[in-house]
Amino acid sequence: MADRPIDSHSGQETTGHEWDGIRELDTPLPRWWKWVFYATIVWSIGYWIAMPSWPMVSTFTKGVLGYSSRGAVMDDIAEARAAQSGLLSRIEQASLEQIRTDPALLEFALAGGRSAFAVNCVQCHGSGAAGNVGYPNLNDDEWLWGGSLQAIQHSITHGIRNETDEDARVSDMPAFLRDEVLTSAQVNDVTEYVLSLTNQAEDRASAARGQAIFAENCVSCHGDGGQGNAEFGAPALNNGIWLYGGDRETIRETVAYSRRGVMPAWGQIIDEATVKKLTIYVHSLGGGQ
Amino acid sequence: MDDIAAPDVENYDVAAVNKKEKRSLYQARIKIFPRRVHGVFRNLKWWVMLVTLGIYYITPWLRWDRGADLPDQAVLIDFPARRFYFFFIEIWPQEFFFITGLLIMAGVGLFLTTSAVGRAWCGYSCPQTVWTDLFIAVERFVEGDRNARMRLDKAPLSVGKISKRALKFAIWLIIALCTGGAWVFYFADAPTLAAQLVQFDAPMAAYITMAILTFTTFLLGGFAREQVCTYMCPWPRIMGAMMDEDSLTVTYRTGRGEPRGSLKKGAETGAKFGDCVDCNACVAVCPMGIDIRDGQQLECITCALCIDACNEVMDKVGRPRGLIGYASLAGEARTESGEPSKVRIVRPRTLIYFSIWALVGLIILYGLITRPDLDINVLRDRNPLFVALSDGSIRNGYTFKILNKSHEPRAFTLDVRGLPGATVDVVGSEDLSGGTPIFSVRPDRLKSFRLLVSAPRTSLPSDSVDIQFVVTNINGGDPATYDSVFRGPAK
Repeated sequence: MADRPIDSHSGQETTGHEWDGIRELDTPLPRWWKWVFYATIVWSIGYWIAMPSWPMVSTFTKGVLGYSSRGAVMDDIAEARAAQSGLLSRIEQASLEQIRTDPALLEFALAGGRSAFAVNCVQCHGSGAAGNVGYPNLNDDEWLWGGSLQAIQHSITHGIRNETDEDARVSDMPAFLRDEVLTSAQVNDVTEYVLSLTNQAEDRASAARGQAIFAENCVSCHGDGGQGNAEFGAPALNNGIWLYGGDRETIRETVAYSRRGVMPAWGQIIDEATVKKLTIYVHSLGGGQ
Repeated sequence: MDDIAAPDVENYDVAAVNKKEKRSLYQARIKIFPRRVHGVFRNLKWWVMLVTLGIYYITPWLRWDRGADLPDQAVLIDFPARRFYFFFIEIWPQEFFFITGLLIMAGVGLFLTTSAVGRAWCGYSCPQTVWTDLFIAVERFVEGDRNARMRLDKAPLSVGKISKRALKFAIWLIIALCTGGAWVFYFADAPTLAAQLVQFDAPMAAYITMAILTFTTFLLGGFAREQVCTYMCPWPRIMGAMMDEDSLTVTYRTGRGEPRGSLKKGAETGAKFGDCVDCNACVAVCPMGIDIRDGQQLECITCALCIDACNEVMDKVGRPRGLIGYASLAGEARTESGEPSKVRIVRPRTLIYFSIWALVGLIILYGLITRPDLDINVLRDRNPLFVALSDGSIRNGYTFKILNKSHEPRAFTLDVRGLPGATVDVVGSEDLSGGTPIFSVRPDRLKSFRLLVSAPRTSLPSDSVDIQFVVTNINGGDPATYDSVFRGPAK
């Protein structure tokens, strides 16, 4: 390489590459650097042998150490399960009230309940448990079937109006218009009366007619003041919380054609400890009684 | 060696490792056998080594009483508890900006020292320099000075050579082990960890860290040495941008030294030589193995040992000291044009660096002095934004955190302001004494509470109301305030 130009300033050989008059000095690499590079090649060969590395047509080389990232995750999960087993068995044995008053169990149950809720419940009740039309908000203080720990546990375990669990909570509101129990005008009057319970009525004569129909058909479940009854899953009609909507149109539709919300029997799907954790979590959202 | 530079002056047959003609495509490391040297800068380097290594090895063992339940180690990085202790200072993770400030100060400090006194960091206080210096001192102690070491290196394997090498490696290994050992003590209670280490009962992380640091110290201090500075370290490259013509560098005064030639040759041929007697002592003592007479070079860490070596020689040949000395390019130019050569350390560049450095320092100091020992944090629920209750009132949920940074257990009351008729419920706390919730927090801890704040709908003039959480220590003291909002339905 005798013809390679020498940089006049440093007296050093250049690589011969030139950009706009700037030439690159050919600075030698330290030899140990080259050996480090060779060492990394040797290391990589060892790595191929020890670890999963080469893709094959339908599989891959497994490596003699038998490592897999999925296996590592499974090990981590198993380890976490083992670490939780003490608390978990206490959750299984303790009553809901005991869990709620023991700080360690409460913390564990709330954390587990939050993640179980995110997996099983958010599809209908929303990620903030604020519910949706037809799916109750679990944060507020109104409960269709009761907001005590026991009531919540029963609702989760057995579900509502499902056909898989004999102990599921069941109640059926008649479809007053479709079943021809009431005429269309009578449905209008009842709707007006229900609106009057929250001071929204516009036609006082219609509401007065509706009161009589309400007393005959509705009080057995909804109570004589429309205060509701958790025994039948009958919602209170005298407050600002509406499952399907509190406007005239929606209330009339509810009276005329009924509503029939369902919920699976989670006791058949998840284990009892998870149900307990969910109960504690839902109870803690702010409406627990 | 037939050419004697001067009477009593040893002449060294040595060439700079970065001589151009020695270059090839791959550069084998040329062994460097730095000679012993005495002088002002050598003594300074010994002192710097003593102080820096002393700080490094002793600091974890200093104690500082912080009261019960808290570590009594003066300097401790407590990862499990997420605290950093430095004597009277205690830093929580959310106060990490103090460390950021210290790092900024360290960076600007390097700029400052570099523009003022050149690569003083490289030459005196860089760990690589200090440990290499220590390892060379051990090497010299075991194997002798430069010539003896070169002979030993060339000698065939023998019992004597093997035993000398084994002794040297053993001492290096002990130093390296202590280096790694001292490091792990910064992260755990030092006496406890020391006892665990000798009983083979310490955490695996401690042994692995020690093993890695022992290996790197042994390799970098014993073998890689100047290769680290020349090839691995980015700092010499950055230094080039930090320096200007007024920065101090170790300089060979070419005008005074050249043309170089030995006294003997000068006497024989009658040639007129400069002050440099060409004894190569400056090259022989250089731990980087370079020749300072080639001018400023990337490899030069300005350790100034060549100054000491040259001054020794100048004393012997009766010429004034300072043929090699600390100087700046501008200062040398002034000397050559007859002006007084004064080193200008105070100049706009250094003043600006110092101002930035001092400003950051003052901000940190102000932050530390006024650091409150009570901090609160309020995080409003965003899902759901609000909850309408059956009586028509509106409820918002908050995660409420109290950071008790004092070393005593404390209890607080909470007042939510800006929302008439608001009631506060603490989730999971039934024991409300007299209706006012008391928030108890252990010393040096954070405690998180879940609050449900409810207010009648009439209290909300719009869908968003600004409110304040005011926390007061029941035993008195400044309250802490946090601004938040309370959301309701759109009107």
